[in-house]
Amino acid sequence: MISCLLRGPARAAVWVLAGLTVAAQAQDRAVAFRGAQIIPIEGAPIAQGVLVVQGGKIVAVGPVDSTPIPAGAEVREVAGKVLMPGLVDSHSHIGGGGGVGADGSGPIQPEVRAMDGFDVGDASVAKARAGGITTVNVMPGSGHLVSGQTLYLKLRNARTVDDVLILLPDGTPAGGLKMANGTNPRRDPPFPGTRGKSASLVRERFVAAQDYMAKVARAKDDPEKRPARDLALEELGEVLAGRRVVQHHTHRHDDIMTVLRLSKEFGFKVVLHHVSEGWKVAEEIAAAKVPCSIIFVDSPGGKLEARDLDVRIGAILEKAGVLVGFHTDDGITDSRLFLRSAGMAVRGGMSREGALAGVTLANAKILGLEARVGSLVAGKDADFIVLSGDPLSVYTHVEQTWVEGAKVFDRSLPQDHLRAVGGPGAGDPRRPHYCCFGDAWSLIAAANGDQ
Amino acid sequence: MQTQFQFPGARLTMSLSLRPFLALVLSGWLVAVAPGLTAGEETPPMPLAIHGALVYPVSGAPIRDGLVLVRDGKITYVGPAAGRMYTADHRVLRAAVVTPGLVDARGTVGVSGMLNQPQDQEQVERSAPLQPELRAIDAYNAKDELVAYVRARGVTTIHTGHGPGALVTGQTLVVKLLGRGSDADVLVPAAMIATTLGGDATTQEKGKSPGTPAKAVAMLRAELIKARDYADKRAKAADDKKPARDLRLEALARALDGSQPLLVSVDRSRDILAALRVAKEFNLKIVLEGCADAPDVLGEIKASGFPVILHPTMARSNQTRENLSMETAGRLKAAGIPFAIESGYESYVPKTRIVLFEAAVAAANGLGREAALAAITLDAARLLGVADRVGSLEVGKDGDVALYDGDPFEYTTRCVGVAINGQLFPAETAAP
Repeated sequence: MISCLLRGPARAAVWVLAGLTVAAQAQDRAVAFRGAQIIPIEGAPIAQGVLVVQGGKIVAVGPVDSTPIPAGAEVREVAGKVLMPGLVDSHSHIGGGGGVGADGSGPIQPEVRAMDGFDVGDASVAKARAGGITTVNVMPGSGHLVSGQTLYLKLRNARTVDDVLILLPDGTPAGGLKMANGTNPRRDPPFPGTRGKSASLVRERFVAAQDYMAKVARAKDDPEKRPARDLALEELGEVLAGRRVVQHHTHRHDDIMTVLRLSKEFGFKVVLHHVSEGWKVAEEIAAAKVPCSIIFVDSPGGKLEARDLDVRIGAILEKAGVLVGFHTDDGITDSRLFLRSAGMAVRGGMSREGALAGVTLANAKILGLEARVGSLVAGKDADFIVLSGDPLSVYTHVEQTWVEGAKVFDRSLPQDHLRAVGGPGAGDPRRPHYCCFGDAWSLIAAANGDQ
Repeated sequence: MQTQFQFPGARLTMSLSLRPFLALVLSGWLVAVAPGLTAGEETPPMPLAIHGALVYPVSGAPIRDGLVLVRDGKITYVGPAAGRMYTADHRVLRAAVVTPGLVDARGTVGVSGMLNQPQDQEQVERSAPLQPELRAIDAYNAKDELVAYVRARGVTTIHTGHGPGALVTGQTLVVKLLGRGSDADVLVPAAMIATTLGGDATTQEKGKSPGTPAKAVAMLRAELIKARDYADKRAKAADDKKPARDLRLEALARALDGSQPLLVSVDRSRDILAALRVAKEFNLKIVLEGCADAPDVLGEIKASGFPVILHPTMARSNQTRENLSMETAGRLKAAGIPFAIESGYESYVPKTRIVLFEAAVAAANGLGREAALAAITLDAARLLGVADRVGSLEVGKDGDVALYDGDPFEYTTRCVGVAINGQLFPAETAAP
């Protein structure tokens, strides 16, 4: 028994070394993944393809017989597997949940940044990598009209939040602004008590932001004339200027219409999230050219606003011409099962192509990151996943997740397998035995003679 | 194991021997898959002839080009379609895959209602920590929309009732999802007594008990001792000396004599072991529910002989379930522990899980397709003591059948027909 138990740590040490080797490789030499079915999302699936990556970018994608592999490239045979872009989740709460957003002091707090509450070491982040998610919008909650700034992240191997940020050309981290209406932000004062009051409070603040931005503009470079810096109005100003997109929680059809109305009044860019009753106003959403990020949960109800949700929503919005992405809302649904959303969308009548775009390119567009992620196209980031089979099948597993040419998840490694399926130790990433002695799961397996 | 049976597409290939006969019942064939049937439309229901390109009796090997006949609410034939004649009065249905109606080993559908508003949440009464006298039959709402919702995905029988979340919340029942009412639809009116140990049994209210898992066990033991004394006195004392009837102790006395087992909700290994300890002390028959940490204590569970109703495979891995594994079902199977998979209790969205979907993820994570199907049909029925009526396609059993247009576990497959007692109900709505 004791000798069996000792095998675990020894194996763990080998895996750790293997992991370091992989990380160190990233990645001057070109790597070609050859022989898999490739679903590039942009363009038709390739039955037997090759994906060439170098320097964190995609260099080439195409059929095996017509795509040259650069001299000196490392070739990895992946015949029998399926390659597709890394998944993009447009609405998640990984990395510490409630800590990333506003507090109970008031309903509108755009100055609060998710960046200052995000815990990159949380188990949920590793689980998202296990689900094939490479880009994610981490949001504050929906208990406020404005609950703070969201964070668009790349799930690179990371020690700190800085390691996962997506920096815009001006050096600021990419993200949106989380807003909500309906029942979730309705509470005791100073929170609103009705829908009318909710919209009114939001309008007041956007009017104030318009005034603030006008004053800033009039002051030009004269510091004497500039208004005192107001972090909240400054962020609403970013939204008004179109530099930050509103990611808006909304369920009921009338609440959806309220969002569209406010978006039109103030001219801000918006994405509708959840959109449970979106099927009732699909034409209006399409006419407003507003994208939707929807969620698939397994039954209606649980809250009054979700009583009419329907698995056909993706199909109905797609048919109306709406850009449709999906989200996990993790922990409402599990990041490790994000591909399931695409399967459920097809169950509800959505096209296979639309459903696969819903977990990739559509979400990239929703986050304004389609130039970098969301499809396997030369020049984009080398973010991709290796699947054991059809992405829409329950029997398919995510085997590997790669971000910018570096492997961030490998199901064949016991510690990553633990992340993918759970088990003793999966819930807390910082237990001391975990870093140094392998996982408890493999110890138990070894003790039982399983492996 | 997963590739042993390839599910054919929705198109049914008829065997040659069947063709001439089918021509005779062509009109029946054409109306066979009519959608939008209304519950209760047929009384008594027409006999059914259900063709499946693949029929899973569960009690036996899968049958290619199979046929299930149902008359007067009972199954009259299960076997190959080839050469089997049936009369023209049968309503003919066809599907790629035919399974028994699904049996959800533990949920709260009909008790914890869809809207999640105070008026439709009957699963926990918080006025006292131990209320085993509360009957599920007095709480079940057969008309809740979730009843029809889960039925449309193939669930025909559910073990539902009072939920987890307090030490003893009340009783459970086993009911067919006919949607009429608890008395008319029930299979087992007083199935088990819902008990919770561990953190979920405790209260944060100041000065109230139980405030710790250990106190919860102490309170349960004290109550069981009272119930044992009560039962002894009721049995042995002369009529004029018998203690007055006490509904609460009466219920626990049924747990003590094994006629109504304790259903103990536990996730942490500490709490699983506490449940086994109490069971041993009082010689109880129990059923373990949840069991996220089961992999830690497989040997102890196996040695106890008690069955497990395993947490939903996609349950949220947080709090007491932070270490749950999607592979636990496969491990229970490998260890030879009797188990079934449940939809469980959900406090928010989704308001109920679909046991079919939970079994699907288990199937893909080490359990395998056929064992996963058994975990939501025959194994669940056996665990609930209703396998004489439901859980498999066998002659003489109830005409509870689910029809799918492909592998039932695939995300993209739809349930295309449901029968309970031979009566057809609306299945999942088709694509827009």
